[in-house]
Amino acid sequence: MKLIIKGGRLLDPASGRDETTDVYVQDGIICARFEPDKSTEIVDAAGKIVAPGFIDMHVHLREPGYEAKETIATGTAAAARGGYTGVACMPNTNPVADNRFIIEFICKRAAEEGRVNVYPIGAITRGSRGEELAEMGDMRDAGAVAFSDDGRPVSDAGLMRRAMQYCKMLDAPVISHCEDQTLAAGGVMHEGYNSTILGLKGIPASAEEVMVARDIILAAETGCPLHIAHISTAGSVALVREAKKQGYPVTAEATPQHFTLTDRAVTRYNTAAKVNPPLRGEKDVEALREGLADGTIDVIATDHAPHTFDEKNVEFDLAPFGLVGLETAVGLVWTELVHTGILTPLQAVAKLSQHPARILGVDRGTLTEGSAADITIIDPVFTQTVDPEQFVGKGKNTPFAGRTLQGLPVITIRSGLCIYAA
Amino acid sequence: MYKYKDLLELKELTADEVNFLLDTAVPMKEVISRPIKKVPTLRGRTVVNLFYENSTRTRSSFELAAKYLSADCINISTSASSVAKGESLYDTARTIQSLGADVIVLRHPMSGAPNLLAKMVKAAVINAGDGAHEHPTQALLDLFTVREHRGEIAGLNVVIVGDILHSRVARSNIWGFTKLGAKVRVCGPPTLMPPGLAQTGAQVFYRLEEALVGADVIIMLRIQKERQQQGLFPGLREYSRLYGLNRERLALARPDVLVMHPGPLNRGLEITHDIADGPAAVIEEQVTNGVAVRMALLYLLTGGGAHSEADY
Amino acid sequence: MPVLREKTRIIDKDGIRRALTRIAHEIIERNKGTDNLVLIGIRRRGVPLARRLAEKIKEIEGSQVPVGVLDITLYRDDLSTLGYQPVVRQTDVNFSIEGKKVVLVDDVLYTGRTIRAAMDAIMDLGRPRNIQLAALIDRGHRELPIRADYVGKNVPTARLELVEVHLVEIDSVDEVLIMEKT
Repeated sequence: MKLIIKGGRLLDPASGRDETTDVYVQDGIICARFEPDKSTEIVDAAGKIVAPGFIDMHVHLREPGYEAKETIATGTAAAARGGYTGVACMPNTNPVADNRFIIEFICKRAAEEGRVNVYPIGAITRGSRGEELAEMGDMRDAGAVAFSDDGRPVSDAGLMRRAMQYCKMLDAPVISHCEDQTLAAGGVMHEGYNSTILGLKGIPASAEEVMVARDIILAAETGCPLHIAHISTAGSVALVREAKKQGYPVTAEATPQHFTLTDRAVTRYNTAAKVNPPLRGEKDVEALREGLADGTIDVIATDHAPHTFDEKNVEFDLAPFGLVGLETAVGLVWTELVHTGILTPLQAVAKLSQHPARILGVDRGTLTEGSAADITIIDPVFTQTVDPEQFVGKGKNTPFAGRTLQGLPVITIRSGLCIYAA
Repeated sequence: MYKYKDLLELKELTADEVNFLLDTAVPMKEVISRPIKKVPTLRGRTVVNLFYENSTRTRSSFELAAKYLSADCINISTSASSVAKGESLYDTARTIQSLGADVIVLRHPMSGAPNLLAKMVKAAVINAGDGAHEHPTQALLDLFTVREHRGEIAGLNVVIVGDILHSRVARSNIWGFTKLGAKVRVCGPPTLMPPGLAQTGAQVFYRLEEALVGADVIIMLRIQKERQQQGLFPGLREYSRLYGLNRERLALARPDVLVMHPGPLNRGLEITHDIADGPAAVIEEQVTNGVAVRMALLYLLTGGGAHSEADY
Repeated sequence: MPVLREKTRIIDKDGIRRALTRIAHEIIERNKGTDNLVLIGIRRRGVPLARRLAEKIKEIEGSQVPVGVLDITLYRDDLSTLGYQPVVRQTDVNFSIEGKKVVLVDDVLYTGRTIRAAMDAIMDLGRPRNIQLAALIDRGHRELPIRADYVGKNVPTARLELVEVHLVEIDSVDEVLIMEKT
């Protein structure tokens, strides 16, 4: 199997390359220049961006247990359509991925039906109940790339400290869902003017920041790599920035919804905009964009959280948190960050491929010779309006319906094989 | 004129629209002052009171309003209906629609439930109080009562006292009174004060003595005793000492001040009995005016909203 | 909206005055004075007409007859078919009509439906001894078995025509016009 991607703008943050060139692939591996023969497939990428395959390190595939919301098959199909060649899936399935058998099950299902690479994340505590440590060593051996109780915080600081001590030994990052539940206290949206006029219970920014600060201190103490999931407030950005300045092993991700939307999206009780952490204020959005630009925020991840129509078609208080992101994320990155000059295309690509690969310790995220031919091709001028009915994922719960995006993935290649073409 | 299908919140109405609703309540009040309190206006129309929360007063008020206008009225409440079986609002809405309701009056413990219901049904939806969002008919009857006494809302100092954080009455009154040109002050403990109130046009006070100076209208809110158990303020005795309305504090307001309360009262807690039963209190008038205001709404929402002077 | 065009002016200021004077006399004569007599004007233009009649009666008899205001909107029989709700205004009858001789006053008598509504409204206010009807114009085309006791002028009209009564109190001129839909 030979493939040549001709005339595209190659962006490879690992080598710093940003040039118009051809990319050669043989047997699923990036290789040196060769002469095409009759069987060689040629992809014309003139005017397009050719990047290492994107990795979304924060996805809820919902399988096992919540197959009505999403499955490994549909979730990875959505990923491929969104320009991703790999996803890391969170353990809050049913049962929770807190032991080696669930991790093995996910790996097996992914091998059978997964359109993209699936990197399972194991639970930190049994049942993600925050009470006792899960068998992380077993899970690591079974293929878990990181550990998280995402969806819930590890409220017990002592337990989190022990989890970090353990993960340091396993050389796996702890991904922290930072939320002090005594401060969040049943809130359903950002606390501010909009929560006041809607009469909805607010989640203050401090609910996140208190926990970010705690986990940074524990990471500094234990030396365990800490990745802060979905940071949403200006205060969190400042804390991470300071932690990095101190040289602590801390990384962070932001989601397209948090760097694009404010809590105004919730007006009229739009449950598609109900997400945790909640959509914040304008100053927070501004701070996230600054954090992305100055490198404080390493990764753009989606927190893709599909739900069924009926689950979201209820009173705002009763609707589950979460929105789908895989099929809109790249378009939002280009529209909101690249075309606006906040990120260079190379920086954007790094936050979507190289950085998540590095944090998760997976052998991806570059197009240097000899690496796996996972490739995302983006047309930076291609424009489309978001229509949830076109999503291949099961969840249609997006607050971006009707929004016009410019700069979209047009071809996704995994191990040299095309898994999506627009 | 009133051009909407529903009444969900006062926030979305203009001053003219609020005034029109109040104007329509004037002839309705005349009807309920008659010996025969019934007009045939809504014969053949059906009003469904859908109450997910107990509220005898609001439900009775809507029920009488419907009956005075000759509408058929049924009550569906949590204890009696499939709501208790966990049926979704969507399915309940479809059932009520199929029963042929023209108006659905919804009381719900969750903010925004009426907004959701309004999207699901063809019938007009009246918000009879949703979570901490709005209670528009309460604010309309408060406005009506003040207008009857003062003629004009503009320029009045209106003070709302109590648990602003959880109060839909406070929110609707802030919108209603500010839209009609009154100055609204809110007063309560900082732990029961939501953020961003200044953006609504209301002025925030924490000390009742400061808030009451020069007040034309005082609206005392009911303090829910369970808020104390939730740790939102230290204690009822202290609350009463800091935020209770008594004779000394009332003297800080204007001599012709009106004292209002949406009920039910916690006598001796947020208001002393001599104030509640005294000359400044208009609490019983509020109840009567509530029926008139709700009649006006039922009338207006059973039409398309446009008006005409056409002869016939 | 059809455009209306003025066709003819059938009564002028003096004509209205003369008609009301005659009706005032007829009311007094029919009721043998003004004992227990009340006038109730139907909104909107029946109201100034009722007030003017009361004044005439006072000039003739020297006694003040109570005048009430009736808004019949809540009694209309077409509310469910209109698709909009007409503006309701206040009924203001601040005297008892129990056992009274009630003269309903309206500007134009047409289908009779307004009068039917007005009679229902009156009945809800109390039990009068009798109800009489005074109309400045009777244009025919009745849809209900109703007739006026006192008529200013009978005006045969076509259904497509419209009779417009203008009164100083509301329209700053006294006149009656026949309008034509074009």
